[in-house]
Amino acid sequence: MIKNISNLGDAALYCDFGKEVNKEINTHVIKFFKTIQKKKIVGVNNLTPSYNKLIISFDLKKINFGKLKKIIDNIEIIENESYQKKKFEIPVCCEKDFSLDIKRLEKKLKMGEEKIYESFFEKEFFCYMTGFIAGMPFLGDLDNNLRTKRLDTPRVKVPKGSIGLTEQFANIYTFESPGGWNIIGNTPLNIFDSSKEDEPNLINPGDLVKFKRITKEKYQNYNE
Amino acid sequence: MSKNYFEILRAGINSTFQDLGRSNLYHIGIPFSGAMDNRNYLLANKLTGIHYDNPVIEFAYQGPHLKYHGDKINIAITGDVSFKIKKGDNFIDGECYQSFILENNDELDIISTNKSVYGYLAISGKFDLKFQWSSCSTNIKAKIGSNNGEKLSDNQKINVKEINQNFISSKLNYVNKKIENIRVIKGTNFNYFSEEGKKIFFENEFKVSKLSDRMGMRLDGKKIENNVDSNIRSEGLIKGVVQVPPDGNPIIMLSDHGTIGGYPKIGVVISADYDKLVQLTPGTNVKFQEVDLNSAEALFKLYDLETQNLISQI
Repeated sequence: MIKNISNLGDAALYCDFGKEVNKEINTHVIKFFKTIQKKKIVGVNNLTPSYNKLIISFDLKKINFGKLKKIIDNIEIIENESYQKKKFEIPVCCEKDFSLDIKRLEKKLKMGEEKIYESFFEKEFFCYMTGFIAGMPFLGDLDNNLRTKRLDTPRVKVPKGSIGLTEQFANIYTFESPGGWNIIGNTPLNIFDSSKEDEPNLINPGDLVKFKRITKEKYQNYNE
Repeated sequence: MSKNYFEILRAGINSTFQDLGRSNLYHIGIPFSGAMDNRNYLLANKLTGIHYDNPVIEFAYQGPHLKYHGDKINIAITGDVSFKIKKGDNFIDGECYQSFILENNDELDIISTNKSVYGYLAISGKFDLKFQWSSCSTNIKAKIGSNNGEKLSDNQKINVKEINQNFISSKLNYVNKKIENIRVIKGTNFNYFSEEGKKIFFENEFKVSKLSDRMGMRLDGKKIENNVDSNIRSEGLIKGVVQVPPDGNPIIMLSDHGTIGGYPKIGVVISADYDKLVQLTPGTNVKFQEVDLNSAEALFKLYDLETQNLISQI
């Protein structure tokens, strides 16, 4: 449930669902997001659900914070939202050229490279949200021993397909972008396809994902 | 093949098609995009007398050098831009905020923006473009939008259709003002920063870094110290958010920004200052100034009125 609504700048509402990140809170966020999406409120031009927040952006020419907050305060959540869960297996190559931060992680986590990979490839992940860059899935939850912070200075360019870790999450850079996650490998699979306007994302919130380690040779000869 | 087209003799540094951008896609990770300087975008379209939401060419620093082939067409350039028009052996010095007629084989050389970053070229016709999610706006990082999500390249041809044969000559007296203070509303993580850090944010000058583009503007200055946590749970971002990563240097989100981020938000630039913010060139010194929500809303009304006034003067 929403704990607090405040303003983010002059053209967005910041709905706070609490501090923790878990599937239960995330499910509330998704339900609330879907409810508002269906209402098509005049002036609202974007909704950004995340683990435990929902940002509602609006056109300041059409509505303002005070008016929109009143509308949002009075919205009842549609409870019976359900979505189809899909399962994916994502191939990942962890060769030296792709695992840009594995040495850094060994130090940060005080773990050997093979242990890190073992723990990572065993896990089945849940997609909490998509975004940052188009189609990027935020996948949880990493085991406690793999959790670490972002890089102190984000990279200007992270290569397309990079698999990154931060905190309790893994994600996939759907194209080259700046970013601060710890990179451990790369997938040849296309995760985002802008030519499919109705469904550009391969992985959507609620879907389940497992990573599978592949050799460099397989990576280079990969056909979708 | 259309008989009216622009031939690109030189594409320029970062020339892309832009319009008002695309909405309601943040949740899948697609930002608004659209013209960086919205006022100059609208004025360019009004000067050529076509719909206000027509696609234009946005350029940064050095613009394109174009050769036109086809029926007469009106063009206008907005921003603070030096350009020349070549008609046969004659060169005409271009003026911003004024319409010019291009005829078959005329050349338009957009030499550079002056002490600003972005300029706009609008035409009294339509660039023949494919739209994505009902917008032409090109996001080169995501490879989304017209021109296959790419910036313009040398030797390319751009077809033009639906030229308006009703040639009006229009002109506007307008000078772009620069800002020294970027006005911000405190961000949702303002209290993550130490007293010293907050003081630095509002009292020290920051320099616009060369690592600035349509995604974000990086600033260099004295480190803004964080004494709570230099990471937050990743959450939504909007245009204008000022994030501070652990290195203590602020980054302002611009039109092609990532939709989600995990660095604390110290402030958000007010909507009224956005057009002027994006025009700050690398090396410029700026300061942040705090305003409250009510003032920000009033300042936006003023900004919007001023824009409408300018449009109605054309």
